[in-house]
Amino acid sequence: MGDTIASLQIGEKGIIEDFSLDAIPLTLLEMGCLPGIEVKLLQVAPLKDPLYIKVNGSHLAIRQEMAKQIKITKL
Amino acid sequence: MKTQVVVKIALVGNPNTGKTSLFNQLTGLNQKVGNYPGITVDKKQGVCKISDNITAEITDLPGTYSINPTSLDETIVLDTLLNASNPSHPDLIIVVAEVENLKRNLLLFSQIKDLQIPTILVINMADQMGRKGISIDIEQLKKELDSEIILISARKNLGIDLLKKKLIEYKKWSTNPITTIAEKIDAPFFNDIKTKFPTTSVYKSWLLITQQKHCSFLSEEQQLKISSFRTNLEKIKKYQHKETIYRYQKINSILKKTYKVDKNKATDLRSKLDKILTHKVFGYIIFASILMLVFQSVFEWASYPMDLIDSMFAKLSEFAKLNLPSGVFTNLITEGVIPGVGGVLIFLPQIAILFLFISVLEETGYMSRVVFLMDKIMRKFGMSGKSVIPLISGTACAIPAIMASRNISGWKERLITILVTPFTTCSARLPVYAILISLIIPDKRVLGIFNLQGLTLMGLYLLGFTAAIGSAILLHHTLKINQKSLFIIEMPNYKLPSLKNVFYTVIEKSKAFIFGAGKIILALSIILWFLASTGPSSFQNARQQVTSIETNKSLSKTDLEHKIASYKLEHSYIGIMGKTIEPVIKPLGYDWKIGIALISSFAAREVFVGTLATIYNVESDHEETGTIKERMRAEINPITGEKVFNVATGMSLLIFYAFAMQCMGTLAIVKRETKSWKWPILQLVGMGVLAYISAFITFTIFN
Repeated sequence: MGDTIASLQIGEKGIIEDFSLDAIPLTLLEMGCLPGIEVKLLQVAPLKDPLYIKVNGSHLAIRQEMAKQIKITKL
Repeated sequence: MKTQVVVKIALVGNPNTGKTSLFNQLTGLNQKVGNYPGITVDKKQGVCKISDNITAEITDLPGTYSINPTSLDETIVLDTLLNASNPSHPDLIIVVAEVENLKRNLLLFSQIKDLQIPTILVINMADQMGRKGISIDIEQLKKELDSEIILISARKNLGIDLLKKKLIEYKKWSTNPITTIAEKIDAPFFNDIKTKFPTTSVYKSWLLITQQKHCSFLSEEQQLKISSFRTNLEKIKKYQHKETIYRYQKINSILKKTYKVDKNKATDLRSKLDKILTHKVFGYIIFASILMLVFQSVFEWASYPMDLIDSMFAKLSEFAKLNLPSGVFTNLITEGVIPGVGGVLIFLPQIAILFLFISVLEETGYMSRVVFLMDKIMRKFGMSGKSVIPLISGTACAIPAIMASRNISGWKERLITILVTPFTTCSARLPVYAILISLIIPDKRVLGIFNLQGLTLMGLYLLGFTAAIGSAILLHHTLKINQKSLFIIEMPNYKLPSLKNVFYTVIEKSKAFIFGAGKIILALSIILWFLASTGPSSFQNARQQVTSIETNKSLSKTDLEHKIASYKLEHSYIGIMGKTIEPVIKPLGYDWKIGIALISSFAAREVFVGTLATIYNVESDHEETGTIKERMRAEINPITGEKVFNVATGMSLLIFYAFAMQCMGTLAIVKRETKSWKWPILQLVGMGVLAYISAFITFTIFN
């Protein structure tokens, strides 16, 4: 419970839950980060920030503060 | 002869889709870079003949993931496509996609197609489908999207001719929208839009409504109508999200039928390279080594063509002197124009090499990994991982670097990046460094492989970066700006750099430098020559003054001429200016001649070398011609009898040039980007004070 992208370990996957629209910028949706989609953590920079994820075919790097806003169910 | 028809084409696409490769293939060297009126986004345009009587005028729009703009560059895309009176408003649009990220690319395509302008989807990198295990049912995809689609490989020049043939018949293409956003989201709301704007497509009207700022091209009446829909901003935001989710649903259902990936066939080079290049330790070691390689090459490789250019212009000057009839005009040519042009061309090799490296790093996809590695560190200094690109580009020129800071979304991060970028060692400092280093640092090797002069240069680069970081920390703790930062970067797949793209980038940047900075430098060297060749009455009477002095009467003819020339320079307008500031710069170890060079450097740093060249040329008055370096080495302080360019003065000058804000072009661009005089003035004063104090300390230590 309460898992977010930030709580994934390298190599772990999760499914994005419905998120509140206020916290997530439109750009992130446009890059393919949508509810119901699988997300995988590929790599983290030192101090676990930023995070390098694969979602919906896109390879993206996002900061921890944003990753913490995106709730997931771990697979 | 048939009449020529001009068709305007806009190239649109996600970053990293090979859009620029396609642009280069279509237009070759028939391209130019201009500016969009009022803003400084580069506008790349080119011409391409697509049939005997049709010429295409192609605009390469900035790469974007969506038509909804998040940065200034991206608003260009929106404005060009929506504003029918924009001079680049296209007759047809080419959307460039690539095989691997087709899903995300189709989001942008579906938005563009809904504008109901003739649009073709070009799927690039088709040659890699086999290797990546991807298969696409093109015929089915055409039907589903109701669009023209073509597979190409821009780098291998495959499918380009076919594309040109297709473009000819653009008037026959279907302009039906792909999605029907209206019914899916809120039918009454969108029907209302339709009735209020009966002549434009619903999607276009919707886009205009979602913009935070009114598009400038709309009439007052239209703006009022749009405002009437913007009463509930929460609702608009929600609908935008819904629209995006709906578009992806539609795309997913289409791709399910037409797009297949056989994962067993896909090679996994990306994750292997990522493991090394973004590694916690090796990642940084590799990055540092690459930087070191870049700086060593800029100094070592460039020195050969630079020496060649230097001596070539010295010879040219000599040749002109011998062969042109003597007079004022000849003096202007040999002492003003030729050294001026030489002063511009001499550091072209360094600029070219730097941009060669930068464009290779961008092309391969490595730059994004650097952003990833550096973000957390840069945030400690109040900047973003994306600040690394401006800071590295700043080693070529601060002006494009400051413009590159635009994709940093947080205002505080961006402002700090803009303010500290001029500390990085730009190529305009290089000629100053190069000539001073070769004068005061011995050309020796240390530890077998490192050139001592190269190491000194590297030290100066580090000094610049340290100053940039130091002032960033200071600004980070003093600037009170609340920001919402949006950090989302794509990590593109690794690619071998395309030689053609790299070549065009180098040509483009070199051209921009020669015609941009070059004009200023050339104009200044002519003005300087003029100021050095005329003066008040004491200048006019130089000969009488010098010959009337008792001790000069016994001098040989050559020495006497020399004395007269020196006297003239001292009493010329520029000499008077130099003498005026001499008391201020004396504590730094500079004489009035260096003072002249400092004054002229406030237009642009590189003028330093050209100015000294002009000054010493005027002074030597038709006598020995040699390279600038030889002249500087021979310069003697008349009071102490020591060399002017000794270690203390040289070091002090190096430090001064490392820190001082001596570039009008940069100040102008900072004013434009920050929309205020406050920040460029802060830069000018802050950097100037730092430069003066540091140069004073340096001179005191080495003296």
